[in-house]
Amino acid sequence: MARTNGAAATNGTQVTFLEAIKQAMFEEMERDPTVVLLGEDVGVYGGAFKTSEGLLERFGWERVIDTPISESAIIGAACGMSYLGLRPICEMQFIDFIVCAFNQITNFVAKGHYLWNAPAPMVIRGPSGGGVHGGPFHSANPEMYFVHTPGLKVIYPSTPYDAKGLLKAAVRDNNPVLFFEHKFLYRRIKGEVPSGDYTVPIGKAVVRREGRHLTILSYAAMMHTALEASDALAKEGIEAEVIDLHTLLPLDEETILNSVKKTNKCLVVHEDTKTGGIAGEIAAILFEKAFQDLDGPLVRVTSLDTPVPYAPTLEEYFLPNAKKVFSAAKELARY
Amino acid sequence: MKKELTRQQYLDLYYYMRLNRAVEDTMVKLFRQNKIVGGLYSSLGQEAISVGTSYALEKKDWLAPMIRNIGALLVKGVPPRDIFMQHMAKYDSPTKGKDGTSHFGDLDNLHIVSPISMLGDLIPVMVGVAMAGRYLGQKIVAMTWIGDGGSSTGVFHEGLNFAATQKAPFVLVLENNLWAYSTPVGRQVPLENLADRAKAYGIESYIVDGNDVVAVYSAAKEAVERARAGEGPILIEAKTFRRLGHAQHDPAEYVPKEMRSYWEARDPITLHEKFLTSEKLLDAGGKKEIEQKLDTLLASEREFAENSPLPPGELAETGVYCTGDECHKIRAKWERPIAEVTPPKSSVAAVWTIPGFGSGKGSGGANAPIHFGDTQTAVGKPASEAKSANDGKPVAKVAVKAAAKKTAKTARATASRKARR
Repeated sequence: MARTNGAAATNGTQVTFLEAIKQAMFEEMERDPTVVLLGEDVGVYGGAFKTSEGLLERFGWERVIDTPISESAIIGAACGMSYLGLRPICEMQFIDFIVCAFNQITNFVAKGHYLWNAPAPMVIRGPSGGGVHGGPFHSANPEMYFVHTPGLKVIYPSTPYDAKGLLKAAVRDNNPVLFFEHKFLYRRIKGEVPSGDYTVPIGKAVVRREGRHLTILSYAAMMHTALEASDALAKEGIEAEVIDLHTLLPLDEETILNSVKKTNKCLVVHEDTKTGGIAGEIAAILFEKAFQDLDGPLVRVTSLDTPVPYAPTLEEYFLPNAKKVFSAAKELARY
Repeated sequence: MKKELTRQQYLDLYYYMRLNRAVEDTMVKLFRQNKIVGGLYSSLGQEAISVGTSYALEKKDWLAPMIRNIGALLVKGVPPRDIFMQHMAKYDSPTKGKDGTSHFGDLDNLHIVSPISMLGDLIPVMVGVAMAGRYLGQKIVAMTWIGDGGSSTGVFHEGLNFAATQKAPFVLVLENNLWAYSTPVGRQVPLENLADRAKAYGIESYIVDGNDVVAVYSAAKEAVERARAGEGPILIEAKTFRRLGHAQHDPAEYVPKEMRSYWEARDPITLHEKFLTSEKLLDAGGKKEIEQKLDTLLASEREFAENSPLPPGELAETGVYCTGDECHKIRAKWERPIAEVTPPKSSVAAVWTIPGFGSGKGSGGANAPIHFGDTQTAVGKPASEAKSANDGKPVAKVAVKAAAKKTAKTARATASRKARR
């Protein structure tokens, strides 16, 4: 079965995940003078991960703003800017620190349109996820705090193509969008991006691999783990359909249901901890809308319900991996 | 430093304070008739602050009220009916019943940002408004208020510090009404003057008698002009007293009687009226005229509000997201040449430069070291060729047993090895 990266045929170039994000910001700032970037060390230093390198030189001190270490001020100010028609991009140096601005995001930014008809076109983005031994405060996957917040959109891409197209779509969206960048992917993943302008629709999942025996749902770095496991499964004659959710809010129920109605089995892989992860929500959706179609239990392969530990041995044990996905999928396929 | 005002300005300040109090008096009546759905907060005795500060703003300027700043909304042009309907959760209210009290705004016309109940959050938001206004060349000033209690929040500090580093055209009015719910100011802040906090941010501050509307206006006017001129944010501490409880339910029995009577004798409307009378700016006839105008206005505003229906239940499901251009056409209002915001025509000089740094030369460009990451791209090497992170390295027994033994060949393991180099 052929894998698709969600892209139409292009004459683009191979770029890293990190480069794709930088390109998206660069091109959006080039296209639209209302787009500004603010965050800690995003200017002179170019960001802790170099995602904004060169932006200060190109766009100047008014558009690329180094801020104090004040996440609430970054988010709050961006929200205020958006009220005057700007489209700010806020960088959280590590996404772990987004919770320092939890109140600004969940009470101010997210509720404005519903309560007083005030759209807040802004993007909050930053490096997330584990696997790089960042320890408990530099490895978080806090997406579900925000998936539980009406008014936000939550994106967590897995390929350079999607990262660029979704980030551009996020900048152009009239709603506050949280954009998680799995730091493990920054320089480990390369992929083709088109040479011209394009966006990827927010809220539309992508089938990465077609199959008929079970559906594997995943996103971000675990997407690659799921694909690796599906290769191994294929060698045993198990054809997994692998779907990249890439947007967690709004969740593409249609694509999920269509696949599960075909395969009748569903496994969800996520790097987020188990309790309260998106797999639980997906289980509820399947129970509500595809109960008669299920030929097996919903299976979750996730991180442990613990903080992200530091030592490589501990972190490796903590995280899902292709072997764990393979075993769980094989068991489910045989169910 | 009181300014000399025109007769009309003196009378405007009087009118808006009277309007502020009349609107709140009307709402107390509505509250007692059970027509107000939630809580009712009062600014009795603090009207000079809301009115005096907001009166210093121009039409294009932005403000964000706190719960006791109904006077500022009225000065900015909000009709009393909107305030009544907000409290009564009516369908025709600005939020259509989705929120109450002074929690509403108007981006397009009046330039009002809605508050939320979490104190201090408006400060960075209004700093952003101020920065965006400057960026777009609009020459606006953004103003918001905070209480003595709210000044203890972390976001107060984050917001004011950010405003100071950005020299944002922002004015923060700190209403020190001596009480945060039941807690006296001395138990919240160990300072005689809360304006002293400005020193920590290297910004200017004023201390003003919050019950003297002309003094409040004069300080605010100067602050607004200085902020507009690019001098950076300014903090105004207005000293006053919260005459009623935290909200209608609270009889505020914790307030010492002498404190209350001291401040009741210094009612801002009475004080200003005395001034107007002694300066022969207002006589009995003029006062009566104003009172009749207010009676007529509020009767019709109240009638309109009472006749508005409650929102239909299904409205609850709508409006969480902006659905695009048909919902909101978001257009920034540029009042400076767009070319000026971006080099090479940028009108703002670099704050500092280090030759080569940040250009991809000094810092390594595409291969610059990144936090927790490879400096080399790992693509092209199938993950299955990778070895375990712990290959050849001793690990504790429990880990050997627990971690996928030597067969776990995942992409993650590759990374672990690389990152540890």
